[in-house]
Order: sequence, then C-alpha cells, then structure tokens
Amino acid sequence: MSLLSPEEWSIVALSLKVGGVAMLGALPLAFALAWVLARVRFPGRVVLDALVHLPLVLPPVVTGWLLLLGFGAQGPAGRFLAHFGITLMFRWTGAALASAVMALPLMVRAIRLSLEAVDPRLEGAARTLGAGPWRCFATITLPLAMPGVLAGMVLGFARSLGEFGATITFVSNIPGQTQTLPLAIYGALQMPDGDATVARLAVVSVVLSLGALVVSEVLTRRGAGVSGSSGRGEPERHRHVL
Amino acid sequence: MSFEVEVQIARGNRRIAVSFAGQSRLVALFGPSGVGKTSVLDAVAGLLRPDAGRISVGGRVLFDSANGVNLPPEGRECGYVFQDARLFPHMNVRDNLLYGWRLARPEHRWMSLDEACAFLGIGHLLERRPRTLSGGEAQRVAIGRALLSGPRFLAMDEPLASLDAARREEIMAVIERIRDELELPILYVSHDAAEVARLAGEVVAIGAG
Repeated sequence: MSLLSPEEWSIVALSLKVGGVAMLGALPLAFALAWVLARVRFPGRVVLDALVHLPLVLPPVVTGWLLLLGFGAQGPAGRFLAHFGITLMFRWTGAALASAVMALPLMVRAIRLSLEAVDPRLEGAARTLGAGPWRCFATITLPLAMPGVLAGMVLGFARSLGEFGATITFVSNIPGQTQTLPLAIYGALQMPDGDATVARLAVVSVVLSLGALVVSEVLTRRGAGVSGSSGRGEPERHRHVL
Repeated sequence: MSFEVEVQIARGNRRIAVSFAGQSRLVALFGPSGVGKTSVLDAVAGLLRPDAGRISVGGRVLFDSANGVNLPPEGRECGYVFQDARLFPHMNVRDNLLYGWRLARPEHRWMSLDEACAFLGIGHLLERRPRTLSGGEAQRVAIGRALLSGPRFLAMDEPLASLDAARREEIMAVIERIRDELELPILYVSHDAAEVARLAGEVVAIGAG
C-alpha cells in the first residue's frame, strides 16, 4: 500500500494491538463493575461509581502519573509483577494498561445502561420456567444486554486508540514499542518536515474513530429494539451512551 | 390437589396477610387492585420471599419459614401466566414455547409442542417475534409456554386484563379447557367479579388491611 509508509503501517498495527488488548483486558472488570452498579444495592455504591468514572474527568497526565506510582519500578504493583518477570513501563503492555484504565469508564457505562434496560420481570419469568440463576443469565440477561456490551467494547476500543496523556506519561513515546497513533502524530508535529505524516496519520485516526462510533451507535439502537418487555406498543427507547 | 397458603408479606409500609386453603381446581384470589394479590402469586411462584408463613401445593411444601424451606422458583414447577405475557423479546414464538420444555425433565413433560399448538391454536405463529403478536396471541403463547414447562399447577395473574372483549372470551374459553380437560389446578388472580364467578370453584376475597 502506498498510502502509508511501512513505519506508519507498523504504527497503525501497534495502535490496533494496544487498543484490542486494552479493550479485551478491561472487559471482564468492566462487566463485573457494570453488573454491581446496575444490580447490587450497597453502601458505598456512589463512591464506587465515582471511582470508576474518575479517569474520565481526571487530567490524563495525572492518571499516567498514578500508574507510574503503582506500576513503575518502585511501585507496589510494579514490584509484584517484576517477580514474574513482567515490566509494563516503557513497553506496549504498559500502553495497553494505560488505555484500558482510560477506556474502562466508557465500557462500564455502556454495559451498565444495557443491563439496567433488561426487564427483571423477564428474568423472573425464566426462573418460573425452570431456569436457575446462571442459565437465566446466559439465556435472558446476557443476550438482551449484548448489543450494549458490544457497543461498550467498540467504544472502549475507540477510546484506547485515541489515548495520549496517560500513555505518554506512563510509558513515554518510544517508536515501535509505545508509539501509538496519537503519540506518533505528536512526534511528527515536532519534526520540521512532519506535516505530511501528521496529515496521513490524522486521516487514519478519523476513519478508525468514526467507524467505531457508527458501529457503536448502530449496536445501541438495535439494543433499544429488543431489550424491553414483550407485547404490543413497545416504546422505542434510544439511549445515548456518551 | 390443593392450595394451602398462609403468608405475611411486607411491601414498603403495607402489610399483606393472607390465609386460605383451596380444594377446587380453580381457586380465585379476588379483590380490588392494589391489595397485593400479585404479591401473593409471586410468593407462591417463588419470585417474592414472604416474611413468614407456609405455602404448599398438592401436599408439596414450597415455602415454610418455620422450617427454613424456600424452594427457588425453578424448583416449584409452577406455570406462571403474567398479566403482560412477558414473552422473551429476543426469541421467536417457538423458542419462547420451548424455553421451559427444554429445561424440564423428560418425565415431567406432559405436553408436546404440537399438542400445545393444537390446544391453543398458535401453530401458525411459531416463527413470529413476540413484538409482532396481538395481545390475545401473546397471551395464548404465554399460556402455552407455561403449560409446556411441565408444571404441576398454574398461577395466573389477571390474564384477561389487557385484552379487548372478544379476546377475553377466547382466552376465558382456553382457561376453562385447561381447568376441565387438562385438570390442572389453577391459582387465579382477578379483580373482575364476573370473570371470577364464571371460572372459579372457590373464591378467596382479599381486601385491604
């Protein structure tokens, strides 16, 4: 392909890898948090909700610094992982961790909305028909929430692709290791002859982000069509996840 | 077969205390809206845990606070027909009908899909989605779904309330056939005196307080 140079393609590939790993890694935690926030009433729920949303409003550079404190060479998590020979600092895995933390609130939000939209009376109906709690979850709750879960995954992936502040603070801007699309664009901006590179990578970013948003919106709309109760006159529910 | 129910349920600041023993094939819980008839039905089906009391159906104890018995809904073999049908929107009619049938132990099944379709006249709806059904069609499918799960008794919560007059007559006839032909005990909730007079062998009046 002549659109991008080999180096630029490898930047795109690294971004997709970091974004994909970040999203898939965050998914189990995001789902668990969404479930707890949607279904469990406990004291401190507001605090947990706020904590989950913190990376959304905190300056990303602060999030990156906190990751440095925790996962850096001297941090408790960093020293723990070092026992297993795992280093996150200045590695693509560290970029994935930073992206995952930044994507988590969006994923929790989308999944939580879709779980809250599942009519618990349908779950009750399934139970009276002989389904235990787990089967009820697998056959009723999860399928009905699935469009929202997929939308959350797409959003989380898109958010990861755009991650800049926390990443550059935590793992720096190392070509071939931690230099994802936004970091490469930032790097090229510092170069006297980097304008063409910036433009090409920016177009790639726009295309990827736009595609992700469209997919997420389509999934959310489809979800609004099925997750309510059955019968006639079903209200058309349209939820915005952002 | 008999229903023996004696429960206390606190919902918010309201207390519901009901005690009855019904021997008929169709026992109606009759009373004005909002006195907690549905809560009693939910307690029998296992969807709501009473604060205290005892529930047994056909001699089988489903709930007994004194002895710590509280069977989960999936263990009560209660075919619950809800006022609003409550069909699963992500499945077609066939999968709705077979949901409980597939979960039931083979020896507990006493009706096949073909029999249910013939009994309720819903064979032509099998591939449809619930949202495309009329209220009467949805309610017949809901009844079929409950029957196919192999229940020992039915719990019906105002199954006619959301239907027009013609559909009410149609579903009422279906309920009479369940009562008389299938000989399945039914605990039936209604606020409609005429309905109760026509269907019920015994009436339990539930009032406020």
